[in-house]
Amino acid sequence: MMGYILEIAQALLALLLAPGLVGLVRWLKARLQNRRGAPPWLPYFELRKLFGKEMIVSTNASWLFHAAPYLVFASTVAVTLIIPLIAVPLPFDSVGDLLLVVYLLLVGTFFLSLAGLDPGTAFGGMGASREMTVAAIAEPTIAVAIFSLAIGAGSTNLGQIVTETLSNSDVSIGPGHMLAFAALFIVMLAETSRLPVDNPSTHLELTMIHEAMILEYSGRYLALVEWASWLKLLIFFSLLSNLFVPWGLATVFTPAALGFALVTLILKLVFFAIIVALLETRIAKLRLFRVPELLGVSFVLALLAVTSSFLLK
Amino acid sequence: MTSFLFLFMILAYTASVLAALIGGQDKLGALGAALGAGAGVALGVSVIASGTPFSRVLPDLIPLTGGFVIRLDALGAFFLILIGLIAIPATIFGVGYTATYENEHVSLRFLGVMFSLFLLSMSLVTMAGNVLTFLLMWEGMSLTSYFLVITENGEESTLRAGLWYAAMTHAGLALLLAAFVLLMNGGSSSFTDLRANSATLPTATRDAIFLLAFFGFGSKAGIVPLHVWLPKAHPAAPSHVSALMSGVMIKLGVYGLLRVVLDLLGGGPAWWGSLILGIGVISALLGILYALMEHDLKRLLAYSSVENIGIILIGVGAGLIFHSYGLMSLAALSLIGGLYHAINHASFKGLLFLGAGSVLYATHTRNMEKMGGLIKPMPWTALFFLIGSVAISALPPLNGFVSEWLVFQSLLAGFNIPKPELAILMPVAVGILALTSGLAAACFVKAFGISFLAIPRSAEAKNAQEAPLSMRIGMAILAVICLGLGVGPVVVVPFLGKTISGLGHLPEATPRFTSDLSLRTPDALGKISPALAAVGLLLLLTLIPIMFSVFRVNRRLRLGETWGCGHTGQTPRMEYTATAFAEPLRRVFAEMYRPTKELSIDFHPDSKYFVESIEYKSEISPLFDRWLYDPFLKSVRFFSRQVQHLQSGSLHLYLVYLIGLLIILLLAARWL
Amino acid sequence: MPSLFQLIFRTGIVTESLGTDDTKTVQLAQRIDESARRLLGRSLAIREVDAGSCNGCEIEITGLTSPVYDSERLGIHFVASPRHADMLLVTGPVTHNMEGPLRKTYDATPDPKLVVAVGDCAQTCGVFRGSYAIAGSVDQIIPVNVFVQGCPPEPADILRGILTALERAPRK
Repeated sequence: MMGYILEIAQALLALLLAPGLVGLVRWLKARLQNRRGAPPWLPYFELRKLFGKEMIVSTNASWLFHAAPYLVFASTVAVTLIIPLIAVPLPFDSVGDLLLVVYLLLVGTFFLSLAGLDPGTAFGGMGASREMTVAAIAEPTIAVAIFSLAIGAGSTNLGQIVTETLSNSDVSIGPGHMLAFAALFIVMLAETSRLPVDNPSTHLELTMIHEAMILEYSGRYLALVEWASWLKLLIFFSLLSNLFVPWGLATVFTPAALGFALVTLILKLVFFAIIVALLETRIAKLRLFRVPELLGVSFVLALLAVTSSFLLK
Repeated sequence: MTSFLFLFMILAYTASVLAALIGGQDKLGALGAALGAGAGVALGVSVIASGTPFSRVLPDLIPLTGGFVIRLDALGAFFLILIGLIAIPATIFGVGYTATYENEHVSLRFLGVMFSLFLLSMSLVTMAGNVLTFLLMWEGMSLTSYFLVITENGEESTLRAGLWYAAMTHAGLALLLAAFVLLMNGGSSSFTDLRANSATLPTATRDAIFLLAFFGFGSKAGIVPLHVWLPKAHPAAPSHVSALMSGVMIKLGVYGLLRVVLDLLGGGPAWWGSLILGIGVISALLGILYALMEHDLKRLLAYSSVENIGIILIGVGAGLIFHSYGLMSLAALSLIGGLYHAINHASFKGLLFLGAGSVLYATHTRNMEKMGGLIKPMPWTALFFLIGSVAISALPPLNGFVSEWLVFQSLLAGFNIPKPELAILMPVAVGILALTSGLAAACFVKAFGISFLAIPRSAEAKNAQEAPLSMRIGMAILAVICLGLGVGPVVVVPFLGKTISGLGHLPEATPRFTSDLSLRTPDALGKISPALAAVGLLLLLTLIPIMFSVFRVNRRLRLGETWGCGHTGQTPRMEYTATAFAEPLRRVFAEMYRPTKELSIDFHPDSKYFVESIEYKSEISPLFDRWLYDPFLKSVRFFSRQVQHLQSGSLHLYLVYLIGLLIILLLAARWL
Repeated sequence: MPSLFQLIFRTGIVTESLGTDDTKTVQLAQRIDESARRLLGRSLAIREVDAGSCNGCEIEITGLTSPVYDSERLGIHFVASPRHADMLLVTGPVTHNMEGPLRKTYDATPDPKLVVAVGDCAQTCGVFRGSYAIAGSVDQIIPVNVFVQGCPPEPADILRGILTALERAPRK
């Protein structure tokens, strides 16, 4: 019973933390540009504002345009019910594994791309085409990195991977883990529309990927889509931290352990926010047709990860 | 019970052939065919459930090498079910679809007869108990489907497609004949005897049989590089026939492969499996890459069939590799994954071809660049096509995900293979399979998004009308099957376990799959529950509107013009086209596609700063057509031209030939 | 040669405080902060529309997002689509060519929305008044909440205009 309560609590926690996380990244980036920047809690106000606004829908749009935000949001929230955020092992661990997580996230990408095509603008189509290209090329890296984790843990289920790493700590500093981490980190940048793949703060239609697809959304639909994309960032941050550095996760469901887990989770998220902010300050956006090269590098890293996990097993 | 079902099936198909022959009875004929297919499903289920094969020997029917032998075991029964599941909706769909042919030069009578015979011969292929029966029915299936392909024989391209198909399938048949002759080794032709004697064959013979069978069945299944007939023949055939050919017939190539390699030969060395796996990987990747570049909707689906056959073969190949190392439970897992993908692909590709058929019915075009906005006039077709697209993109909770997950899991277990140099190739296969599934998602965003969304690109698309009821029912059945197979692996997997148990001494795999609403793989590599995931998604979807009313969000909605940076009036020409959508991927994989570009600009006669028209042409050249088939065809043509010189038309010369031949024969008889 | 991060660290925050010389703006910002319940109070998305300006105002508006003025500290940011916007920032006299697009942009912005017309031209058509190419001032085309005077107005003036419009916005 406690497990199920924790599952729900986890999902709520993720929903609650996601806007703050994005706000934090933005604030850090502003500071690195020697600006004062918006306070980290601005995204909460943004959400409240968007939920309070009216919605305008194109006359060309079909029912799919209305359905897509719900599907994108629901599939992303479903992922937060499966991944370990503060405690392992949780009951929903047997509902889905890492592959299900990846494909659930692809559901969101799929429908958002369709929604981008639906109003019939050139920008929406452009965003959809680019998003699907990047998603398709990022897929092999994810799968092979999962492979390397699965070899180590003997399972693709997240709870199992985490427990295995916790009980056998020298795995996590092995070369297989390190390389897989590097590969997934690059993929994370691509999947969450960060630099150098996509610029989250661009306003030039020609350089957009994610934002080009959602140019037609407004009001509560925009809120759902944006919230889902923020959640995706949190999901990738916590996957990167909890799969590779799982310490701090509560294995017993006592208030003290859970509290400690919450604090470590927030610290880990802040750490990743700092890394991403530093990275985005330092590097420029890649040309779209150079992105496959970057993802190719990540694929090679993932292959090396598998090879070394395999040889060391 | 089983003999009753068998008789009923034969009678129903016969009745449907007769009804079609009499003419004007196409509804009755369809009823017969659907009943026959239904009886086939019932027969298959009862055989798998009871575990006892159904057999009949009719030695007098064809008094030749053992006569006509019917023997339906679990493996055959699975494929019989697969045929029936797709045949029923395709038949129902066909009733409405063939109505368009009434005014054209197409013989509905002939179409009906061939359709029923096609279904019957496919069903009997799965039931064949000896070589003669198998090959007869196999050829029957090929011939009837050839006639179905050239139904719309008014077009030159259709006849060409038919020719390609006939040539490829008979090349395959020649290989199969050789394989079976080697396998029979001069002895009995019944499968039971072949199974018993195959182990005594020398290794080289076994290898030869494997290669012949793999490429023979591969030509039917559409593996790269023998896939060239698929994108030609499938679009040419009527859509419900394409659904059957792409969904079912090419699976019988997989059936034959399993029958010969795993069942009759009892498995083989690891390189057999590795070859199948390798070809599977290549087929999957190349299939989807070519599908991405297509804007002919049906040809896109045909290329995607090459991809899916590749995925099935990845499962089968991995299974054979595990089998050769004695890792039986993993072999079972891989084979189950492959078979699961076979039935999944049958259902969603059947659905997609029927959907493409109803688009073709409404707009009279297969060109996606002329479609667009069909979701509004054809909401049902759009919904069904979307379901098919989601399923084929392997998105949960529909069926494509489950089988790809199983195949992934079996490849992930590849590190159990004792040979490191082989095990290390597994992650590469995983990577390519993942790339394939990502590209498939992109491909079907394109297929659905360009055809059904946004504004119509032509008058035909604008004035399209929803398909008639019979066609919608056909699609609805397949959509339900897709959903059912997606959330019910707990039921399907043990069923598949029974199907493959005993093949090549595989143990009964059923007990290893627990059924507490979730699907676990043996040796505990991973567990998922698609059913619970589906329920969870549904709950979350209903929760959002509830939360909206709890928190009283603004529900005002206003319709407005599409935002286009203030431009005046939006035209379809501003939309992204299918070609543009695939452009980034074309650039990424330019090495593979080798696109050719042609740009011609007409300037205004007075100034080159004013352009009158710009014409841009870009084409990709299919790798195998250019490097394999073109040289081959060229050399055949060259050779036939040389031979032509012999035929001069002079009677005297022919007499000289005859005498020359006679002398050579006499000399040969003398010395040999 | 100092590295990028050394440079960033050495430079420090360059955003000018609102408090030093601009007490009016500070008070305005504080008042809006207090009435945080206002729908658009904390997070404001702006779509800029150049309806025919000489681009002088645009240069000043660009200054708004610079590290020195940093409108983002007040939750004000620019967006790419009027669908995402709460406020239109319109510059220049409205030319005949931009009249339609301006109306379309206004229609494409979801309610509640505000319009701030920036620069003298937007209010009076400035030196372009009477030109054959001009359709009129901004308020002749779409309803305007606040005019910001100046040719061009300073970023601080524009910021004050935006804040004033926010303050005058109807309560939720």
